[in-house]
Amino acid sequence: MTLKNVGKSKPRYNGLGHVTGEARYVDDIFVPGTLAVKALRSPVHKGIIRKLDISKAEKLPGVYGVITAADVPCNTYGYLTLDQAVLADKAVRFMGEPIAAVAADTVEIANEALDLIGLDIEQQTPVFDPLEAMKPDAPKVRPEGNVLMVGNRPYRLVYNGDIEKGFAQADEIVENEFFFPSQEHAPMETQVSLAVPENNSRLTIYTVTQGMYFLLKQLQRILGQGDDVSHRWSERMQYSFRGHLGFCDIKYVGGNVGGAFGGKTELHADGIAALLALKTGRPCKWRWTREEEMLYSARHSPWRMTFKDGVTKDGRIVARKVFSVHDAGAYTGLSSYVVDKHAFYVAGPYYLPNVEVKCSVVYTNRVPTGAIRGFGVTPGTYACEIQMNMIAERLGMDPWELRFINAMRNGDQLATRTKLESVYLLETMKKLAEVVNHPLDEKYAALTSDPREA
Amino acid sequence: MPLLEIKVNGRDHQLVVDATASLLTVLREHLHITGPKVGCETGDCGACSVLVDGKLRRACLTNALSVQGADVVTVEGVGGSGRLHPIQKAFYENHASQCGFCTPGMIMASKALLDENPNPTEMEIKEALAGNLCRCTGYINIIRAVKDAAEKMAHGGGDR
Repeated sequence: MTLKNVGKSKPRYNGLGHVTGEARYVDDIFVPGTLAVKALRSPVHKGIIRKLDISKAEKLPGVYGVITAADVPCNTYGYLTLDQAVLADKAVRFMGEPIAAVAADTVEIANEALDLIGLDIEQQTPVFDPLEAMKPDAPKVRPEGNVLMVGNRPYRLVYNGDIEKGFAQADEIVENEFFFPSQEHAPMETQVSLAVPENNSRLTIYTVTQGMYFLLKQLQRILGQGDDVSHRWSERMQYSFRGHLGFCDIKYVGGNVGGAFGGKTELHADGIAALLALKTGRPCKWRWTREEEMLYSARHSPWRMTFKDGVTKDGRIVARKVFSVHDAGAYTGLSSYVVDKHAFYVAGPYYLPNVEVKCSVVYTNRVPTGAIRGFGVTPGTYACEIQMNMIAERLGMDPWELRFINAMRNGDQLATRTKLESVYLLETMKKLAEVVNHPLDEKYAALTSDPREA
Repeated sequence: MPLLEIKVNGRDHQLVVDATASLLTVLREHLHITGPKVGCETGDCGACSVLVDGKLRRACLTNALSVQGADVVTVEGVGGSGRLHPIQKAFYENHASQCGFCTPGMIMASKALLDENPNPTEMEIKEALAGNLCRCTGYINIIRAVKDAAEKMAHGGGDR
């Protein structure tokens, strides 16, 4: 077999557009008559909206439309849990949560209109530390509790073997706590959306998203086809630009994305731009400022991970117990998926006869977290590999050797009890040792990924 | 509203602009020249970099009327597909772009450098690009591209 492309350097497929400025991003699309969008965001971390008066803002010359929760056909959305509001209805759960949005001739007029909105929020006590939020008497971020239930448990559980029996076999117990801080993706291009009303009640939305089909489903829901909104053709005709759009009525246009790193998987700007386009009948563009991007877009969750490992003097890990806490922020977003992935991978690529992983999603009054570079695997790998070095230090052992002794081989089971059949970890580590000139004892150099003897 | 006379990429324009309009707004929203990007509007990211009378400027922080009569060059004026400038060709061939959003600004900063200093050291390249942020590449290939462009320009590279 001859390989056409593998092993050869190929020019970037859209590289010419990049170097000439011909590549068009969403903000580079100009439609005549486009209105500028701005959102009124919550000034408090937690509160109840007592009064929201948009009458003055609506009358400001140059303002075409102001929307609040009352204008959203279906005001609950989310990836896995339908718990987030497009525009906050009564409860506000994080600072910066959108409450109302304005479409006006210019950004300046839109900002002026925001100042005219009468907002009265009764401030409540927020909670920011996930460990505090887990306590029974903590302020409730959500009425149903601050910890996401996975089935009937307040954590995701993955286990294999008998953890207590494992600890009983250990010579040493190595226990450590790890913290992985929050992080903003900071793409060069901020969130931008351009929604253009078309004929026959259709809508074209130019988006910066990385996950078009994920968000199309969410858009369709909030624009009036949610499970709790009955959709009838006659009704749609009657409402025209007032919602009730079907899947086929939204033309969702992606393309060049100016950096995302996971930060453009959430429904940040498209929902509100679309609703304002429907309300005003005019194209509406919402470009977030850099400040909005840094403060209010989805970010990397902070993680707290504790490892308790039982090890033998000769370097075998006979028991590993992990407990992780994932700070979801105020809404679920992708968190339930992120903890699943974290729980499957956090124990590391090592043979663990007895392993127990528990991982909790905790809500706090912070900006909701989202996808970033590995969905929870990165913090897990960080903690696990430092723990491996700390075990090696305790045993007075070369950290390379510890990894060789415990490396996954064919036939081994992951914590999820998946039996592995195509493992090349030892071979990879041997190659790596060669590349960095790390001397290996013959005993380890002779190891292969062949199934270990029973 | 005041009248702005300005030359952009070799073409003369007379425009009625808002007294507070930035050069970036005039380029993008009046002339629809979208190579210069809106990244921060605070002069921190460099995605809006253009040449004003040969000098590197942040279009977002430049009041349009303050450069009355100026000769402005954006990435579109440097070269296009089929007539690439050696800097553009070097960025393309060295994989110096990933998302591409910072690339027009990077190319303008590189052009400003090489126009003044055709044979820069690696440190001089790094200093010249210090005002341009890139979140994807890690800068290695960008620096490589500028070096490559300098070498090619000494021997007449590019499509032209």
